Amino acid sequence: MSKIVDSIYNIRLLDDLARKDTSIHRLHPVSKLLTTIVYLIVVVSFNRYEISGLLPFVFYPMVLILLAELPVMPIFKRLLMVEPLIIGIGILNPLFDPRGRITFASIMIKSGLTVMACLVLVSTTGLDKIAQALRTLKVPSIFVLQLLLTFRYISVLIEELARMVRAYALRAPQQKGVRLKDCGSFAGQLLLRTFDRAQRVYDSMKLRGFNGEYHSYSKSKITWKDILYIIAWSLFFITARVYDIPAFLGLLFERMSY
Amino acid sequence: MSYHEIEVRNLHFSYPDGHEAIKDISFTIYPGESVGIVGANGSGKSTLLSLIMGILFPDKGEVRVGDVIVTKKTLATIRKRLGMVFQDSDDQLFMTTVFDDVAFGPRNYNLDENEVKIRVEEALEKVGIPHLIDRAPFKLSGGEKRAAAIASVLSMKPDVLIMDEPTSGLDPKSRRRLINFLKGYNHTKIITSHDLDMVLETCDRVIVLKDGEVAADEATLEVLTNGELLDKCGLEVPLSLQKCPVCGMVKQHR
Repeated sequence: MSKIVDSIYNIRLLDDLARKDTSIHRLHPVSKLLTTIVYLIVVVSFNRYEISGLLPFVFYPMVLILLAELPVMPIFKRLLMVEPLIIGIGILNPLFDPRGRITFASIMIKSGLTVMACLVLVSTTGLDKIAQALRTLKVPSIFVLQLLLTFRYISVLIEELARMVRAYALRAPQQKGVRLKDCGSFAGQLLLRTFDRAQRVYDSMKLRGFNGEYHSYSKSKITWKDILYIIAWSLFFITARVYDIPAFLGLLFERMSY
Repeated sequence: MSYHEIEVRNLHFSYPDGHEAIKDISFTIYPGESVGIVGANGSGKSTLLSLIMGILFPDKGEVRVGDVIVTKKTLATIRKRLGMVFQDSDDQLFMTTVFDDVAFGPRNYNLDENEVKIRVEEALEKVGIPHLIDRAPFKLSGGEKRAAAIASVLSMKPDVLIMDEPTSGLDPKSRRRLINFLKGYNHTKIITSHDLDMVLETCDRVIVLKDGEVAADEATLEVLTNGELLDKCGLEVPLSLQKCPVCGMVKQHR
C-alpha cells in the first residue's frame, strides 16, 4: 500500500528536479529539446550490429547529470523500470540470428541511452516547459495537450488507486493484495472514479478560462548560449556517428605503444 | 467592486438518470451581497452552483449574470465574471507550483507576464500565503491548499466569488482564517455550506434548499434562528445560537 503512495512522490520527483536552478536548467527549453532530438536520431541511426560506436554517447547524459546536479540513483531506477520491456523485445534475437547476442546488446544500449536522455530532458526542463517548447516548434496543440494531461492525470489515477487499496486493505487485514475475484469491480471502480475526478479537474480548468492552450511560463528569448549548446552537442554527436571514436582511440594507443 | 447581479429564473434541472435535482428555483443576488446557500445532503446545492457556472445547463428556466444569460456561447464572459472555489482543493490545483496554479487563470486570458506576476502576488497576499509561492501544491496542508485554491480564483479578479463548502476539512485555526478573509472580502459572495456558524458570520442572506426547491430566502439571522424550518430541512440551529450546555444562556449575537 505504501508503495503506491510512494510512487506518487516518485512521479513528482522529476517535477521537483526540474525546478532546480543550474546552468543546464537555465538553458532555453527549445535548445534542450532540439539537442535531445538530434541525440535520439543519431543514436537510433546506428545499425543493429554496432556496439563500440555507441559508447561515446554515454558521455552526453553523464555530463548533463553532473552539470545539472541530478541524483544518479533515482534516474537510474527509472531507467531500469523500462528495461523489462526492452528485454521482451530483444530476448529472442540470440535464438534466430547467429549474431543475435550482438543485436540484443545493441538494442539494450540504444534503449538505455535514449531513455536516459529523455529522463534527463524531463528532469532538467519539466514537462510544462517541454510542452511550451513543442508549441514553439509548431507541434499541434492537441498533441501537446494530450502529453501534458496524460502526465497530470497519472497522479490522479494513482491517488484514487491508493485510496481504494487503503480502504480495501483495512477491511481485509489477513490477505496480501486484492483478491482476484474482486479485481474486476476494483478496476471498474477505479476507471469510473478517475473519470469523475478528471471531469472535476477539467471543469476547474474550464472555469478559469482554459481554451485548449496551455500557458505555463514567460517566453524567454533564445540566447547565443542556447544556440552554442545545440551546435556543440550536435557536432559531437555527428562526429561520434561518423568516426568510431573508441576504435580510433584504440588505434592511437596501439601506435603509441610501438 | 461587483457590478453584476445574478438572476436565477424558474430554474429546472434533471440528471440523465431522471433524478430531479432542481425544481423551479428563482432568486436574485444583488451586487455586493453575501448569500449562503444551505440545505441537507442531496438538496441540490452543488447542482445549483454548477448551473450558475455553466458546468451544467438547465432543462427549463435561465441564469442571468448581469445582462448575459448563461448559455454555451456566453461561457467565456460568464466565467470571467464568476470565480468558483471547488469543495476539493485537489481538483483545482494541478500545476507544479503554487505560482503556476494561481497564474493559470490570468495566463489563459493572455495577460502580460508582469501583470500575471502582480496578480499572483496580490492574490497570495490576500489569502495570507505569500511564502508558499514556489511550493508544490500537493505538498501543502489542507488549509494551505484551500488558501491556494482561493488565490487561484482571486487572481482572475472575478466580480462574484462562489465557494462550495469552503470550510469542510479545515482545522479550527484555518477555518477561522478563512472566515476572517471572507468577512473582509466585500465583493458578491455565494457560499454553500453545512457549517451554519460560518454562514452566520459571513453572510447577510440565506437561501435554504430542500429537495431541489427554495424553502426559505431571508436575512441570515431570521433563517438561522428558525428552529422549526431548519429542522424540517435537515439542518439545525447553529451551535453559537444554541443554549450553552453549562449555564443555559444564549450567546448574544451581533
